[in-house]
Amino acid sequence: MAEVDEASKPLFAGLSDVSISEDIPVEGEITVPVGSPSHDDEYSTLDEPVKETILRDLKAVGKKFGHVMYPKKSTTLLRDWDLWGPLLLCVTLALMLQGGSADSKEDGGPQFAEVFVIIWFGSVIITLNSKLLGGTISFFQSLCVLGYCILPLTVAMIVCRLVLLGGTGTASFIVRFIVVVASFGWSTFASTAFLADSQPPNRKALVVYPVFLFYFVISWMIVTFSPSHSDGATDTGP
Amino acid sequence: MAAVDGLQFQEFDDAENLLGANRDATTISIGDPNEKPTNQRRSLGNSPREEDDDLLGNADSDKTELLAGQRKSAAFWTFEYYQKFFDVDTYQVLDRIKGSVLPLPGKNFVRLYIRSNPDLYGPFWICATLVFAIAISGNISNFLVHLGQPQYHYMPEFRKVTIAATAIYSYAWLVPLALWGFLMWRNSKVMNIVSYSFLEIVCVYGYSLFIYIPAAILWIIPIEWVRWITILVAMCLSGSVLVITFWPAVRDDNRRIAIATISAIIILHALLAVGCKAYFFDVPQIEVPGVSGSIASVPRFC
Repeated sequence: MAEVDEASKPLFAGLSDVSISEDIPVEGEITVPVGSPSHDDEYSTLDEPVKETILRDLKAVGKKFGHVMYPKKSTTLLRDWDLWGPLLLCVTLALMLQGGSADSKEDGGPQFAEVFVIIWFGSVIITLNSKLLGGTISFFQSLCVLGYCILPLTVAMIVCRLVLLGGTGTASFIVRFIVVVASFGWSTFASTAFLADSQPPNRKALVVYPVFLFYFVISWMIVTFSPSHSDGATDTGP
Repeated sequence: MAAVDGLQFQEFDDAENLLGANRDATTISIGDPNEKPTNQRRSLGNSPREEDDDLLGNADSDKTELLAGQRKSAAFWTFEYYQKFFDVDTYQVLDRIKGSVLPLPGKNFVRLYIRSNPDLYGPFWICATLVFAIAISGNISNFLVHLGQPQYHYMPEFRKVTIAATAIYSYAWLVPLALWGFLMWRNSKVMNIVSYSFLEIVCVYGYSLFIYIPAAILWIIPIEWVRWITILVAMCLSGSVLVITFWPAVRDDNRRIAIATISAIIILHALLAVGCKAYFFDVPQIEVPGVSGSIASVPRFC
């Protein structure tokens, strides 16, 4: 390609107003130099160090965690959705629900796969439900919000396991119950803060109820978690 | 338009008659077109005569058939097709739930509440809630029943959720399918005046299961006669809604077949309740060695 002509040509007079200022020389090379330090709009992420890539995603996930813990009506969760956070939370929760009471292998707490299926399948069903009722939120945005709002319940699970280390009596049950109820309320409140605006006004309750049921079931799984009495964990995995 | 005669009060004709006279006139109909027939029926329902109700229902069914036919435009593989079945507002769902637990003689649930707008929201989420209500209440009640016993080790028994889900969703979808098929078959032989679409039957069955949710919660109380009374009351209420709904559909048929159909509906309804109670809730004061023994033959979920 030849150099761009001077902007003084009458045919292209309009161009100078649009894009090119006369001060900046517009001649250059056509080859992209490797490791170029130029910071124009199209920053190529292909050449950055791996640590930066991972850190950027982790920072995005961490920022969204912060939004869940202090739910305000912001659109960050909705705008830049990602499913890393929900996956992380889901795996953590499912792992911590293992090693539960398992005198017999037949009954006991939910298996890893069951927790996974409930969380992801439940989120998909709730998203479909809200879209069928006329919601304007997109599919993955809704999955993102529902997954991120599991964070308070995961924190409650960690607290429960710590409390269970101290004993399994009535006092520990009361403490665990209160913690789980509080985090259940927090999760439901956080997710409705993000989701409520995208629903038609006379159907809000119809959309919020399944979310309530979803977090209720997860809270139930956390509250009824009772530690194993046998020596080795009979966790058989998925 | 009728000629204006000074400032005298004039009766204007119905919108339909006006349009009949002058095709190009614009008319406004204020209010929900669904409300008018309801008010008519409510005023007639004060002196309930089943023939009147049926006549209204028949006329309504013709109109609603026409109206329903105009809406089926989207193909079944598009999203919009399924959005039709979620076209309900909160108050409509609550009204339908109320109608399913308060059977009023002469008031047909389908005609009164569904009115050619069957929804899938109610049946689906009521079944989901019922599944979890039964599983969780069963767990709590077993815990309470075996509370003092040293050899009882509490287990969440999560496996039961999948069993409950299978049972309840099969009941809520396969029984309506069978009933609809049966009614269609009888319709081809005997000219029944009232006929329901498949989704309306699913709707009735789904909403009729609502009464079992508070019943399941009441079953936590570990006293046997309380549980049986709860079952009886719940069955009477929702069973009568079902009977009132389906009696007009089979009434014109052979007497014995009509009675057999209605009995089958009631028996299946009762069977679901009693089966759930027997399976998920241990009987108190009798040393049952854990229900977990009875599901040892159930294949593992994963």
